[in-house]
Amino acid sequence: MANESLVIEDLTYSYGKHLPLALSALSATIRPGIVTGLVGPDGAGKTTLMRLMTALLLPSSGSLTVFGLDTRSNASQLHEIIGYMPQKFGLYEDLSVMQNLRLYADLRNVTAADRQQVFARLLTFTGLEPFQKRLAGRLSGGMKQKLGLACALIRKPSLLLLDEPSVGVDPVSRRELWRMVQELVDEETAVIWSTAYLDEAELCQDVLLLEGGRLIFSGPPRNMTERVADRCFQVQGITGNRRQVLSRALQQPEVQDGIVQGQNVRIVLRADQNPPALSLLGAGPEARLVPVAPRFEDAYVDALGGGPGGVSALAAAMTALPGDHEITVEAKGLTKRFGDFTAARDVSFAIRRGEIFGLLGPNGAGKSTTFKMMCGLLRPSSGTGRVVGLDLQQAPGQARSRLGYMAQKFSLYGDLSARQNLVFFSGVYGLTGTRQKETVARMIDIFGLQPHLKDPAKDLPLGFKQRLALACSVMHEPAVLFLDEPTSGVDPLTRREFWTHINGLVELGVTVLVTTHFMDEAEYCDRIGLIYRGQMIASGPPDELKAQTRSPQIPDPTLEEAFISLLQQWDASHGEAAS
Amino acid sequence: MFNRIRALIIKELLALLRDKKSRMVLIVPPLIQLFIFSFAATQEVKNQTLAVLNLDHGRPALTLEQDFTGAATFSEVIHLQRPEEIPAVINEQQAIAVLWIPADFSRNLARGQAAPVNFILDGRKTNAAQIVQGYGVRIINSYRDRLTASTGQQTGVTLVARNWFNPNLEFRWFTVPSLVCILTTVIGLIVTGLSVAREREMGTFEQLLVSPLHPLEILMGKALPALLVGLIEGALIVTIGVFLLQVPFNGSLPLLFASMTIFLLAIIGVGLFVSSLAMTQQQAVLGSFLFLVPATILSGFASPIENMPHWLQTISYANPLRYFMAIVRGIFLKDMPAAVVWGQTWPLAIIACITLSMATWLFKKRME
Repeated sequence: MANESLVIEDLTYSYGKHLPLALSALSATIRPGIVTGLVGPDGAGKTTLMRLMTALLLPSSGSLTVFGLDTRSNASQLHEIIGYMPQKFGLYEDLSVMQNLRLYADLRNVTAADRQQVFARLLTFTGLEPFQKRLAGRLSGGMKQKLGLACALIRKPSLLLLDEPSVGVDPVSRRELWRMVQELVDEETAVIWSTAYLDEAELCQDVLLLEGGRLIFSGPPRNMTERVADRCFQVQGITGNRRQVLSRALQQPEVQDGIVQGQNVRIVLRADQNPPALSLLGAGPEARLVPVAPRFEDAYVDALGGGPGGVSALAAAMTALPGDHEITVEAKGLTKRFGDFTAARDVSFAIRRGEIFGLLGPNGAGKSTTFKMMCGLLRPSSGTGRVVGLDLQQAPGQARSRLGYMAQKFSLYGDLSARQNLVFFSGVYGLTGTRQKETVARMIDIFGLQPHLKDPAKDLPLGFKQRLALACSVMHEPAVLFLDEPTSGVDPLTRREFWTHINGLVELGVTVLVTTHFMDEAEYCDRIGLIYRGQMIASGPPDELKAQTRSPQIPDPTLEEAFISLLQQWDASHGEAAS
Repeated sequence: MFNRIRALIIKELLALLRDKKSRMVLIVPPLIQLFIFSFAATQEVKNQTLAVLNLDHGRPALTLEQDFTGAATFSEVIHLQRPEEIPAVINEQQAIAVLWIPADFSRNLARGQAAPVNFILDGRKTNAAQIVQGYGVRIINSYRDRLTASTGQQTGVTLVARNWFNPNLEFRWFTVPSLVCILTTVIGLIVTGLSVAREREMGTFEQLLVSPLHPLEILMGKALPALLVGLIEGALIVTIGVFLLQVPFNGSLPLLFASMTIFLLAIIGVGLFVSSLAMTQQQAVLGSFLFLVPATILSGFASPIENMPHWLQTISYANPLRYFMAIVRGIFLKDMPAAVVWGQTWPLAIIACITLSMATWLFKKRME
């Protein structure tokens, strides 16, 4: 028993007779003393599995045994030894930090004698000591998660379940959370950390990889990455257009998968293949192929049979936009004040035709405010935002007819069918008659929506939702695309497919403004603006930002490391007083 | 512009009808209202106007008249001269009831014969009429008791009550027209109140706002489907009321639906106002009920407006339901002429203008 804190045997769960199985025939064991990653895209069954582990749901068939306790028969004993931190914090937002802790202590029967000691320990541990009186609702995303963690830890649990603790948390807080959880693990404690971020999977000692309710891998992540060892390369020193290099690379038979990484292109070869000749990629005379360490994601995509091709059918069906390298999106001194609070201060940037510009920043830093001002959802207190030369406040209708918008939650009408969504959005953008019919038919064709045309949009598989959302936002052939965290929570294949389309559109002259938390996504950007405390504290190509933060300790920083040190540098030079 | 609005309307109707939950919302709350309002409301009647037609100049008749006019229920008294004046008084709602003492009342009484007194009530106001009738019977009984005590012999005084427009005082006759008002209100409010909030929750609202749609187009795209659904549901209740519940329909259908359209616009304005404020559907429902409950009570549905304190009566002039309630009852139970309907409709039109402009103003303001 010492070696198995949780045993899952042939577990199947279904939410209803007519629904697909949420989990099917899942067997695994989870060991104490380590952090086990529960990894998979949204809808893979991560939350369902966690709820089954806590006995909040009971298996349709099969069994779950936690430290020898069956979830069917020993639920109440089980609750004594489990700490569960659900996705939505489970905090009472109108109670203060301390009141939340007290409440959970009461619920967990931690008596007055013990609790002062417990509270002191947890507050120090989570760094929440200075904020005891603050309402939970007014904490930042990262602090909320830390408080959630503290509440789950009031009674030291034998099994700690963390459901997507890093969602909506900026990289700095993410690291702190991760460090805190690592400290918790000891011989008797098992920790399960669920995530849609594959880079987090690599940090776990053990991983359960879920996809569509099936377990497709379990074991240490390096067992997974081994399968693509010696198959990962970076094309460096590209002088040509790196998006076209990627597109060409993906068309080579030897190449399994590829993505843009700043100025470079990362490729994964198919098993037992030699790298393609660089001349075929059109990467320029300076280009060279450098072997790089495999990542969990490379292996994941490989296991699924490789990424989508490098050619976007969408871009092929659209006409190139006229123009050169003129500025299409421009922010000049954008400022937004909400009462006393300045959410964005004097933010300026200019994006040229055919460029991808990324807005990055921790939650609540002003990134969304800036983004909303740019697409006309918020009126700036001062400054102007222009899209294709039109002021969003002066000529909103005209400017908006030239822009496409896609939000993180795929703003589709869930009750309408896929086709009805297409018809509606084309109608809103003024398409009528045969032109409307043709466009809708073309979108159905390009995105392969045929099998789901009559299904309500809310019931579509995530990948199809993403496709439909993209289709709805580009039907009117916009000159500018605004993307708000477009691929958060989707699986890497869908993300690649999405970026293939975006890259294709950019080549036609479409300008893209994107906000993101995914460093992977940020790597696709030509330039990045880092928003922090309402201001743009750094901007430039991803590689330039990395170069800026190069140090003896971190000679080759990743974008995430660069991001963190830029924030720290700024804090150091401006002092914490600003908060 | 027309095509864009059409796209919005189709989308809105599809979103309403394809979702089981929102279909339920259109049906369940009205049913709950039906039960609560038709069975749970009883009330005291005060400040009523009584018309008196006393054709008998004998002392007993005068005493009886004084008993009635002195009752706390009646704050005002209209004296009539001829029976021909009775219809006008009731039709124009000048008085809730007419006390008609026939010329031979004292004589019959003196002879010890049956001495009936007529009591004509406005049957459209079912509740109030019923209660006033009860008071009338009580007054007559105490009058008779006093008479018996003083003369030592049985007297034949009886009150013959007649309810005009609703001869048998059918509760249903009163409830169904009122429900036409209340249900259309609920539908108008819920459909508009929830729709923007639902889109906010789902994130589709931002998608609309970044499209070339003008805010006014979005508003029209919200208002017109609600109007359509409201009219259809109104027609449905009228049909059920007339054919299933056998409530007579005496007036003009075109007049009813013309005034219903204007009334719905006023309600939709309120719904859109609530909708612009609410961030979630929950808030929208609460906000709608915040309007709905007082509006219903101040409409004269549950208790006569005349019974309310004056300041509340003044407030009720701003309540669209007050006017529509009068119109629907009038058209249903008596053939209310167009001129009278218009007298109740123009205030509705003004209210509609105000609520719709306020909703537009707030909607635009909230977008900033």
